[in-house]
Amino acid sequence: MTTVMLSVTDLSIGWSEGNALIEGATFEVRAGEIFGILGRSASGKSTMLRTLIGLEPPLAGSIEVCGRPPDHEHAGPPPFGVMFQQGALFGALTVGQNVALPLERWTRLPPDAVEAIVRAKLRLVELEAAYAQPPSTLSGGMRKRAAIARALALEPPLIFLDEPSSGLDPITSAEIDRLIATLAHVLGLTVVIVTHELGSITTIVDRCVLLDKESRSILAAGVPRELTHHPHPRVRNFFTRSAEAA
Amino acid sequence: MHHRRGVSGWRIARDGERIVIDGELRIHDGAEIWRELSLAAASPGPRLDFDIAGARVVDGGVMALLVERRAILLRRGVASEILGASEGLQSVVHLLHGDEAPPHVEVQRELGFVERVGVETAKLGTRVQTGVVFLGELVASVAGIVRHPARTDRRGLPALVVRAGLDGLPIVVLLNFLVGFVMAFQSMRYLQLYGASPFVADIVGISVTRELAPLMTAVIITGRSGAAYAAELGTMRVSEEIDALQVMGIRPVSYLVVPRILALLLVAPALTLFADLVGIAGGLVVGVRGLGLTPRGYLSELRTVIVPGDVWTGLVKSGVFGVAIAIIGCRNGLATSGSASEVGRATTATVVQSLFAIVLLDTLLTMLFRGVGQ
Repeated sequence: MTTVMLSVTDLSIGWSEGNALIEGATFEVRAGEIFGILGRSASGKSTMLRTLIGLEPPLAGSIEVCGRPPDHEHAGPPPFGVMFQQGALFGALTVGQNVALPLERWTRLPPDAVEAIVRAKLRLVELEAAYAQPPSTLSGGMRKRAAIARALALEPPLIFLDEPSSGLDPITSAEIDRLIATLAHVLGLTVVIVTHELGSITTIVDRCVLLDKESRSILAAGVPRELTHHPHPRVRNFFTRSAEAA
Repeated sequence: MHHRRGVSGWRIARDGERIVIDGELRIHDGAEIWRELSLAAASPGPRLDFDIAGARVVDGGVMALLVERRAILLRRGVASEILGASEGLQSVVHLLHGDEAPPHVEVQRELGFVERVGVETAKLGTRVQTGVVFLGELVASVAGIVRHPARTDRRGLPALVVRAGLDGLPIVVLLNFLVGFVMAFQSMRYLQLYGASPFVADIVGISVTRELAPLMTAVIITGRSGAAYAAELGTMRVSEEIDALQVMGIRPVSYLVVPRILALLLVAPALTLFADLVGIAGGLVVGVRGLGLTPRGYLSELRTVIVPGDVWTGLVKSGVFGVAIAIIGCRNGLATSGSASEVGRATTATVVQSLFAIVLLDTLLTMLFRGVGQ
C-alpha cells in the first residue's frame, strides 16, 4: 500500500463563501510522486497552494499534510518545505544563513554541524559558491535553487514548489526541472508543483489535477500525457497549448 | 442635417436614418469626431445607422468611438448598425464587438451614508481584531523569551541597536543641542529683565531632561527607525518572506518584532541621555555667551535644581516611546498586503500613529510622574 502524503477532501478555497475560486476539490498525493497542480492564470493555483500549506484558511473541506492539518500551531518543525515563487529569501541574511535558519530554529546542532549541512544542501542545488553571498547578488534561477535548498533543510518528506520554472529562460527552466526530478528520485521526496509551464508538466509531473476558473472545480485529474486526449475541450486546449474556443 | 469637415479631411453628416462618415478619421481628431458624432446622433428615430462606406481610413481609436456611440443608441432602444465597412474595416468592427449587442453595463451604485458608515465600521472591527491578535502574539512571544531566555535568538539584536542607536546619534546630538540653545535664547530677554540670568540653567535643565530630550529623540526615532521597520516588514510581506517564516514554523512576531522592540527599548533611553547632555550644553552656550555666566556658575546652578528623578523620569518616558514606536512600525509593516503602494501607506501610517502615540503617552506619563523629583 502506498502512503498518502497529502490528502484533500471536498476542499473549497477563495476569499469568501459564494465567491469561491475552486469548490469540492478532492485528490491525494502519494509518497514519492511528483504531483502537479495545474491551471491557467487566475484559476486559483496560488490560492490552492497557500491553503494547502496553511497560509489561508479553507472555506470548506479538509486537508491533511502528512497526517495532520497544515496549520502552524503545532509544536515541532513543519512536516513539509515550501519554495515560494520568487524564492522569498531573507535579504538581511546570506544564502547560507537562509538555509541554516530552519536548522537553527528546530535543531540543537552546533554551528559547525549546521554549516556542514547547509553546504551539503547548497551543493545539492549546485550553489555552494554562493554560501556567503547575499540573495540580492543571485539571479532568478539561483534564488529559486537556494530556496529549494532552504525548503530541504530539515529533510521534510514533502516539498511544495510554487512555479519553479516561471520567469526563467528555457534552458535554466529545464535545469530546474531536472534538479527537481533528481531530488525526488534520489531522496525519495514527494513533490507538489504548482505550475502552468507545459515543459515542466510533460517532463517531470507524474500525476496532476487541472484547476478550472469557469467551472470553479478540478476539471481533470490523471497522468498529463493521457490528458491530451481528454474529452473536455478546455482540458485538451490546456495540454496542447491551443486557444481555440472551448 | 449637421455636418462638418475636419482638418485632415473627414466629414460626419446626418442624413435621415443614417450618419454618413467619410474621409480619413484618426484619433488625433478624436475629441472633435466624438463631439460631431454626439451632435449627429441627437434626437434619433427608431433607427440610426453609421455609414462608413466613404471612409478611407478609420483607425482603431475612432472605431472604438463609433462602436461606443452605437452601443449608446442600442441601449436607448434605437436600432443601429455600422454599415458599408470594407473587409479590412469590418474585421476591426468585429474585433471591437461593434457587430453584436452591447454588453450589459453594470452601473456601480454609490454607497449611501448609512452603508458607508457600516462598511467603515466593519473595516475598523477587522483592524481592531487583527490588532488584538498581534498584541496577543506579542505577549506570547515575550512570555516565551522570559521563560526560556537561553533559547532566544539574539544575533540580530546588535545590528538593530547599531542602526537605530549609533547611526542616529549625530542627528540626535545636533537637534537636541539646538533645542537647548533655542530654549535658553528665547528666555534670555526676560531673565535679563528680572536680573535672573542664572535661572537659565533651571529652565533648560528641567525642560530638557523631563520633556524635550525624550520627546525630540522619540520624534527622530519615529522618522528613522519606526518608518524603516514598517517599510522593511511590509516589503518582506510583499515578497512572501513573512509567509516563508511561517511555513518554516518560525513566528514572525518572535523573530522580527521582538528584537526590534528590544532594540528601541535599549536605544531610546541611551540616545535620550546624550540628548540631555547636549541640550544642557546648548543652554550653557547661551548662558556664557549671552548672559555672561561662567560655565562653572551655570553648572552649579544646574546641580542645585536637577535631581536624579528628573533624569530617570525622562529616560523611562523615552523607553516607553521606543517600545510604542517599534510596536506601531512592526504592526503596520506586518499588516501590509500585496503591493508596493501598501508599503508606502504603512510607512506613512507608522509616522502619524507614532507621533500621536508619543504625545498621548507623554501626557499620561507626565501626569503619572508629577510628584517625582519636585
